[in-house]
Amino acid sequence: MKKYLALSAAIAASTFSFAANAQRDFISVVGSSTVYPFSTVTAERFGKSTKFATPKVEATGSGGGLKLFCSGVGSATPDITNASRGIKPSEIELCARNGVTDIIEVLIGYDGIVLANTTASKQVSLTRQEIFLALAKNIPNPDGSETLVDNPYQTWDEINPTLPKTKIEVLGPPPTSGTRDAFAELALEGGCKTFPFIKAMKKQDKKKYKAVCHGVREDGAYIEAGENDNLIVQKLVANPAALGVFGYSFLEQNSDKVQGSLIDGQLPTFDAIADSSYPVSRSLFFYVKKAHIGVIPGIEQFLAEFTSEKAMGEYGYLAEKGMIPMTDTERTQVLNTVKNLTTLKSSSE
Amino acid sequence: MTKPTANTMTNNFEKNSGLTTRDKVEKSLARRRAKETRFRLYGMASVLFGVLCLIALFTDIASKGTAAFKQTSLTTSITLDGDYLNLTKDSTVDEIRFANFDGLIKRHFAKEMKPKSRSDKRELFKLLSSGAGWQIQEMLIADPTLVNSSITFELLMDDDVDQWFKHDRQLSTAETNDRLSDKQLNWLSQWIEQDRLDTHFNTLFFTNGDSREPELAGIHGAIKGTLLTLMVTLILSFPIGIAAAIYLEEFAPRNKLTEIVEININNLAAVPSIIFGLLGMAIFINIFGVSRSTPLLGGLVLTLMTLPTIIISARAAIKSVPPSIREAAYGLGASKNQVVFHHVLPLAMPGMLTGTIIGMAQALGETAPLLMIGMVAFVVDVPGFINDPSTVLPVQIFLWSDSPERAFLERTSGAILVLLSFLIVMNTTAVILRRRLERRW
Repeated sequence: MKKYLALSAAIAASTFSFAANAQRDFISVVGSSTVYPFSTVTAERFGKSTKFATPKVEATGSGGGLKLFCSGVGSATPDITNASRGIKPSEIELCARNGVTDIIEVLIGYDGIVLANTTASKQVSLTRQEIFLALAKNIPNPDGSETLVDNPYQTWDEINPTLPKTKIEVLGPPPTSGTRDAFAELALEGGCKTFPFIKAMKKQDKKKYKAVCHGVREDGAYIEAGENDNLIVQKLVANPAALGVFGYSFLEQNSDKVQGSLIDGQLPTFDAIADSSYPVSRSLFFYVKKAHIGVIPGIEQFLAEFTSEKAMGEYGYLAEKGMIPMTDTERTQVLNTVKNLTTLKSSSE
Repeated sequence: MTKPTANTMTNNFEKNSGLTTRDKVEKSLARRRAKETRFRLYGMASVLFGVLCLIALFTDIASKGTAAFKQTSLTTSITLDGDYLNLTKDSTVDEIRFANFDGLIKRHFAKEMKPKSRSDKRELFKLLSSGAGWQIQEMLIADPTLVNSSITFELLMDDDVDQWFKHDRQLSTAETNDRLSDKQLNWLSQWIEQDRLDTHFNTLFFTNGDSREPELAGIHGAIKGTLLTLMVTLILSFPIGIAAAIYLEEFAPRNKLTEIVEININNLAAVPSIIFGLLGMAIFINIFGVSRSTPLLGGLVLTLMTLPTIIISARAAIKSVPPSIREAAYGLGASKNQVVFHHVLPLAMPGMLTGTIIGMAQALGETAPLLMIGMVAFVVDVPGFINDPSTVLPVQIFLWSDSPERAFLERTSGAILVLLSFLIVMNTTAVILRRRLERRW
């Protein structure tokens, strides 16, 4: 027993020091769960076709990823973080405080957020204003005066008589999700801005403007269905009256079960998102720590793989996975950034 | 309840007067029996409910998951053209890795099926798995002399084809399957007529690491990661837990301090596991600098989680050794240490082992604490040792359930089946150990 104890203590001690001092020989990627499906495909192909180890990809969310990314330089911190939104000035500051000064921003493509219902029901056509009126917590008084009231609408036809007479029921991601942020910013705020007096509020009281435009009602019309988009699809099939909010790649993979709704008269199709005529689409990025290039093996080659024609090109494998590729001119810009390892200018400069 | 007063007692007595005690008992007998029968029925109903839920769960998982053990593939004969691939029999592994096998396969199928336009070609190539090139690559790395020869092998099909072939082949119109076009279905039915398209046992599911292509995704990496993590957990928690239990039970003085320790151990057993993850992140990553996502780190965190379980069960096992054994040993002149290690410990061991196995089984199914320490990650390479990045089985299940591709649904259920069988094996071992080694005093 004694021997066993001593032995295990020795093993524990040695592994501790071993692990603490080991230099990482694989790329560590963290960040957005929206970019995760694309990042992982690239990582896998990179690992199989080069002599480098397959990068490890974690889905921590855009904000969580940037926090880890900005926590310092060294093999204990990630090399790359994915984000479904641009880096914020506050995050650049946090990075700078921790010694992460040279950050390379790489745009990888676009993603659309769709409102969808089951194919068994009629396809829905909504404007962003109608989406805002259906889902916002506070809306302009329906009598036309410029005041805000609690959202009174219970059925779609109360908002617009041409809409079906069904209960407003929308399944979507919780506030922790980047998809929810983008949906609030693009769809809700887009509809919110159509009211002149709210738009005027933006100049006077930015905080209140944001609270009004991004506030989602909490009386049961918007149902938080968790981060799992597959689950939302399953629930939509079971409930023909409900609409769901999720990323375009899930619509593409489940096109036999669910159909996208028209927003401002546009169907969420590949082409409409690519030429940004579909209003609810966003850019996807990843950020690279320049200080790690040359220290952790394979980062440059990984960037090359990610930005290659066969990955992010129009017929690349990322497009096959549901990502919307960018235009050729944008791609040339990105290629230049990657080739020259151009870093972000910090906002203070 | 108020005590029956003398008055009510006499009342009752008068009401039942004329009846003997025997009569009264017989009268109440039916009621008492009915009560017992009712209770039995309730009990049976609860058991039945539990069993039904379990059956529903298992049949659901099994009906979805068994399909994951089959994979659709196409019997293909292909010539490994050395000129095209730029390879000779003496090519190095690196050269083989860079060769364009996808191009070779595409050229082969373009010749065989003669698609008319560029878009036709794209549709045709979509039927094949992107792993097909890697299949040939692996064959060549294993045996470079295959260059320039013709090989026949089971070429992997894309997950869309796999799903169609396994599930909705009977409804073979384009309306029922948006993922495949009429043209593609036409090609597929040609292959079916030639008897080349068929399902085989999905060995890749057990030999591959994770992948974003469902047809290539396997649980080998997750199983290896699980075993490594559990190994670290066992090596650390078993000796520490047993030592703590022995000390507390046999040597520690009975005072306020040990009482506090005892209460805290019991409390720790009920702490939600995510807390241990946070603790692990704060201590092991931030202070000791253990690298994220490794089985070593996972094992350390799970050790914290399983320790209370092991200590509590080990103490119970020690307590169940009758004092007569100890007294007899003392009587023969054994020292305290000898009594504990020669007599009490061997007798308590079966109980301790059972507790440890149950603790391990608990650790096996745990995901929450691993969330915080980066083990919820996409890891393709199978981990070699405890400092390689890895995931564990329950995390793999969680990751797959969140993937957009439909074929991952059945892979999720398949992985659940594997995890469940692991758990059943572990719990059965615990039961058998107890039966075999347990002594009744």
